[in-house]
Amino acid sequence: MIIHSIFFFIFSFIAIVSAIMVTASKNTVHSVFFLILDFISISCLFIMIGAEFLGMMMLIVYVGAVAVLFLFVVMMLNVSQQKNQWFASTISSAHIPMGLLISVIIFFEIIIVIAGWKYKPEILNSFPNSIDSEITNTHSIGYVLYTDYIHVFQISGIILLTAMIGAIVLTFRQRTGLKRQSYFKQITRERNESVELKDVESKKGVKIDV
Amino acid sequence: MFEIGLGHYLTLGAIIFTIGIAGIFLNRKNIIVILMSIELILLAVNINLVSFSIYLNDIGGQIFTLFILAVAAAEAAIGLAIIVVYFRNAGTIRVEEINRLKG
Repeated sequence: MIIHSIFFFIFSFIAIVSAIMVTASKNTVHSVFFLILDFISISCLFIMIGAEFLGMMMLIVYVGAVAVLFLFVVMMLNVSQQKNQWFASTISSAHIPMGLLISVIIFFEIIIVIAGWKYKPEILNSFPNSIDSEITNTHSIGYVLYTDYIHVFQISGIILLTAMIGAIVLTFRQRTGLKRQSYFKQITRERNESVELKDVESKKGVKIDV
Repeated sequence: MFEIGLGHYLTLGAIIFTIGIAGIFLNRKNIIVILMSIELILLAVNINLVSFSIYLNDIGGQIFTLFILAVAAAEAAIGLAIIVVYFRNAGTIRVEEINRLKG
C-alpha cells in the first residue's frame, strides 16, 4: 500500500508539472509534448486505481489521435511567429494579476467544497450499476454501455460523424485552374462522337487537324 | 497516513482544472495553447468521474468518461479546423491580433 501511495504521488507530481508547462512553455511544440506527458501520467493513474480500460482508451484516443492532430496543426501553421511568451510580454500584461487572482479563488473554492463535503452513508449501496469484482473492468463497462446507455452511445457516434463532416467542410478548398479527371465526362463518352473513320488516299496520307 | 483516498484524486483534479482555467485566462499569444487548456480541463473532469466511480463502486462514471473522450476528440477536430481556416484567412493566430469583433 505504501508503494501505491508513492506511485500516486510520483504520477500526480509529473501530471501537475507537465500541466503547468503546457500553459507556460514558450514553444508550442513543447506544449504539445507536455500535453502528451500529462495524458500518459493520468492514464497511469487510471490504470493504478482500477479503471484499466479507460486508461488504455485515453492513451489511444488522446496520445494517438488528439495530440498527433495538435502536432500536425502546429507544424502546418507558422510556429516561429507563434511564440507563447506571456511571461516576457511587455504590452498588455495587465490581465496577468487579475487572471492569477481569479484562478487562485476558483482553486480555493473547489478545495473548500472537497474538504467540507460528506455524502450520506446509505448512498453507497443505492447505485444501480455496482461494480462486480468477479469480472474484468472491460466486461463490466461493456455490460452497461451496450444495454442501458445504448442511445447515448449512438448519439456519441453521431457527434463524431458530425465533427468529421464539419472539419472536412471547414477546411475544404476548391481550387481553380487545376487539370483533373472528370469521371462523368469519361463515362458518358460515346463512340460516334469521338472516333471517326477516314478513307486514306494512296501517297497522300491524311491530314489530322488538331 | 499515506492511504490514498478519494480526496487525493479530487485534489489532483482540482489542481489540473485550475491550471487549465489559468491557461485560458493568462494566455494572450496563441490560440492552440487555449485549445490545449480546454483539453486539460476535460482531463480534470475525467479524473473526478473515474475516482468517484471507483470509490462509490458504480460503473456509470466510467461510462460517461468514455462519452467525454468522444466529445473531446470531436471538439479538438472542429477547433483545429476553425484555427486552420482562420489562419488561412487572417494570416495569424495570435490572440492579441484577433480583434475583428472589437471586444
